[in-house]
Amino acid sequence: MTTDTRHAPQTRRRIDGTQLHPYIPLTDDDRLAMLKLIGAASTDALFEDVPAAYRNPDLRLPDPLSELELLDEMAELARRNAVAGEYACFLGAGAYRRFRPSLVDALVNRGEFLTSYTPYQPEVSQGTLQTIFEFQSIVCELTGMDVANAGMYDGASALAEACLMACAVTGRARIAISDRVHPNWLAVVRGYARGRGIEVDVQPHGAFALTAEHACLAVAQPDFYGRVSPGAAAWGDAAHATGALFVVAADPVSLALYRPPSAYGADIVVGEGQSLGVPLSFGGPYVGLFACRDAYIRQMPGRIVGATRDIEGRTGYVLTLQTREQHIRRERATSNICTSTQLVALAATIYVQALGPRGLRRVAELCYEKAHYLAGRIDALPGYHVERGEPFFHEFAVTTPKPPEEINRALLQRRIIGGLDVSDYARHRMLLCVTETNTRAEIDALVEALADA
Amino acid sequence: MLEPHAMQLSRPGRFAVALPPPGVPPQETPPPHLLRDELRLPELTQIDVVRHFTRLSQLNWSIDTHMYPLGSCTMKLNPKVNDAVASLPGFTNAHPLQPASEAQGALAVMHGLQAMLAEICGLAGASVAPMAGAQGELAGILVIKAYLESRGEERTRVLVPDSAHGTNPATASMAGFDVVAVQSRPDGDMDLDALRDALEQHGHAVAALMITLPSTLGLFDRNIVRIAEMVHAHGALMYGDGANLNAMLGQVRPGDLGFDVMHINLHKTFSTPHGGGGPGAGPIAVTDALLPFLPAPHVVREGAFALIDPPHSIGRLGAFHGNFGVLARAYAYIRALGAGGLRAISEAAVLNANYVQERLRGAYDLAHDRRCMHEVLFSGARQKAQGARTLDIAKRMIDYGYHPPTIYFPLVVDEALMIEPTESETKETLDAFCDAMLKIAEEAATSPELLREAPHNAPLRRLDEATAARKPVLRWDRDSR
Repeated sequence: MTTDTRHAPQTRRRIDGTQLHPYIPLTDDDRLAMLKLIGAASTDALFEDVPAAYRNPDLRLPDPLSELELLDEMAELARRNAVAGEYACFLGAGAYRRFRPSLVDALVNRGEFLTSYTPYQPEVSQGTLQTIFEFQSIVCELTGMDVANAGMYDGASALAEACLMACAVTGRARIAISDRVHPNWLAVVRGYARGRGIEVDVQPHGAFALTAEHACLAVAQPDFYGRVSPGAAAWGDAAHATGALFVVAADPVSLALYRPPSAYGADIVVGEGQSLGVPLSFGGPYVGLFACRDAYIRQMPGRIVGATRDIEGRTGYVLTLQTREQHIRRERATSNICTSTQLVALAATIYVQALGPRGLRRVAELCYEKAHYLAGRIDALPGYHVERGEPFFHEFAVTTPKPPEEINRALLQRRIIGGLDVSDYARHRMLLCVTETNTRAEIDALVEALADA
Repeated sequence: MLEPHAMQLSRPGRFAVALPPPGVPPQETPPPHLLRDELRLPELTQIDVVRHFTRLSQLNWSIDTHMYPLGSCTMKLNPKVNDAVASLPGFTNAHPLQPASEAQGALAVMHGLQAMLAEICGLAGASVAPMAGAQGELAGILVIKAYLESRGEERTRVLVPDSAHGTNPATASMAGFDVVAVQSRPDGDMDLDALRDALEQHGHAVAALMITLPSTLGLFDRNIVRIAEMVHAHGALMYGDGANLNAMLGQVRPGDLGFDVMHINLHKTFSTPHGGGGPGAGPIAVTDALLPFLPAPHVVREGAFALIDPPHSIGRLGAFHGNFGVLARAYAYIRALGAGGLRAISEAAVLNANYVQERLRGAYDLAHDRRCMHEVLFSGARQKAQGARTLDIAKRMIDYGYHPPTIYFPLVVDEALMIEPTESETKETLDAFCDAMLKIAEEAATSPELLREAPHNAPLRRLDEATAARKPVLRWDRDSR
């Protein structure tokens, strides 16, 4: 035996001459033949450059599991989560439960998509490349921007990168951002900005004060509380008046119903692509949408695909404008990013194409109608008050008669996951979200439970 | 055109999916001036969508269809059970903000993965929040920055070997550091004199050395312990790029060698699918002293599992807790293998690479003639002189049914050709691959034009990348078609 089986799965009987594990095909005979050609006495000899004192650490890991055991264990863990579907869920706040047509997963899970690498060899990667091109086309159309990239990690990091990009475009090192951007997104922006030494001014929503030091004004539309402001054009004008860029974080489903950010002066538009039919998956993987005006394309982070022709004149697609990227420009790159979260972008692309323009708008309308129905019913409950300063899309804040935590505990008893606690020093407040997946029966049950809570 | 753009398939009035009626009384509509009047998206019927994406998928090569010996990318088997696990409704339908008490299963997976990764790396703890390798790098470097700042040290420079992956200098720059390059020796190990000079010249301005182990040359740096001692002696930290961890699983632990921080690419070493360019996940593992600075949120077990912000956290990297769907796959992979299985993975990966090195050594120039680890680096210089560049070799491999290896990286080797077979391939596949490479070497000597014009039988011939960059067409435009 040339193989050190000291660490071989203890719970498994090893039969000599067979392979060790389903994931490792070499048999003992293969090993012997290969070592012979290499001229090494054992596989151990191949690790001769590793300092001997540090070799073969004793790893304390759980015993290995067969596939059957693994599936049982994971199913048991999955059952410990209360999940939308079994529970009525009214949580949103940046992650939205969507009806997902069956064809999405069936197509996304094709191994040719799932197990391919970044399309650096275009001749054998046209499937991925064309999908990215179609994704870019969709993101441009939804946002009204000229160009889009292939995708970022998530909406929050896309917003952070947009702020860094605005600094690169303007040569300024301070950004202004609305206090009604999702608090977690704000935290991500702060983190990215700190690395680059950029100052972050969080300003009261709608009362922005910009100076010639600001690289951009960044807002969310709808904002964290679901509100769609009619006054956004004035903010764009204010930003432009000081030479700053106007950055808008927009929910892509809302863009099937509402006018695109290009209509009110946006220079860069980002968004959380999860809302385009991507599973909640406890927070990821999602995909960040990133689009901007033509003028800024060379400062845009991330991967970009362009159309071209092969030497026989056939249309094809390639990664392009790569001189912006880390593998070429290294420390002078626009970002260190080297993913496009492609599989999630693919899911979003399929979702949008399956629904089409009217289907996507219908999803937005269903969310809108059901959310407004719920808001109307909650308003009639004593002690509850829906905040209605500005029009909202499908999320809204409600002042509650007691702490949301208490209310949510009571709701859980009835298999309802309530809204996010957004209380401040002055009032108990809950952020409720309704999507097309919430039925009227669920909504009515929530109203009843709130009344009883 | 191989497949029309979806907009070319579009016909007004078609749709692939029906939606239910609202089921609630009509509501007042939003103010008309806030509404959009036009949305030009494809209108396709269901059979169109299914065929469009099925046909597109068939234009791709993938691990499931082809050997994919892409150096530094670890294109190994992606076990299907991992996808099945990540697709359990209890995971896919879990909302990231649902109360921790109702998310114990997901948190148990994250907590378990944190612990197993820390153990594999020989470090005190790990964060699974970073959503990609490059984000893990950024998190790791920001942790170092925060740690040094907490000690009142202002260090502004990061040392990076000239052979490093491009994300290393790009990351250091994003974190506000200046990059100082350190040379390698001809034998591939880091030049200790150059390192000493850099450390002495930049003295206490050096925050960290970012180093990949095994190196991007596919070699285990024989002086790694000495390097760590030198870096630590100057009060700087050792940052490990985990891109090549597949060579070390169960063989040696970076933490034991003196690394303070490292990131791990779950989509490489731990078999989560690359998906054509993500999603990945880039957890980081750190020493005890750095734990308080880990990104938020972090999973702890205080009776039940809970999400916390570490006391001096560098903050959030994304809206939620990381790429859970990727984490669940990696968790399942480690659970399927155990310690012995992981060790067998690295052993087979290194054996396979050395076997390829041996079989091809006469036909291609070795960048370094010594034992390689999990990948072997050749130079196509000889073939270039014969009239076929490395790019041409790569494209010719497509004709033989093998995805090209990584080419022109690392930058320090002329006409680099980096082959990483991984542990997943059978000996028969390795032999067939080597036979094809030998044949290509012959062709380069006798008929290099065959290589220069390759691929001959892929879905497309070579594409005009220069025009694509000079006159970018980046979206569907109904007027230009």
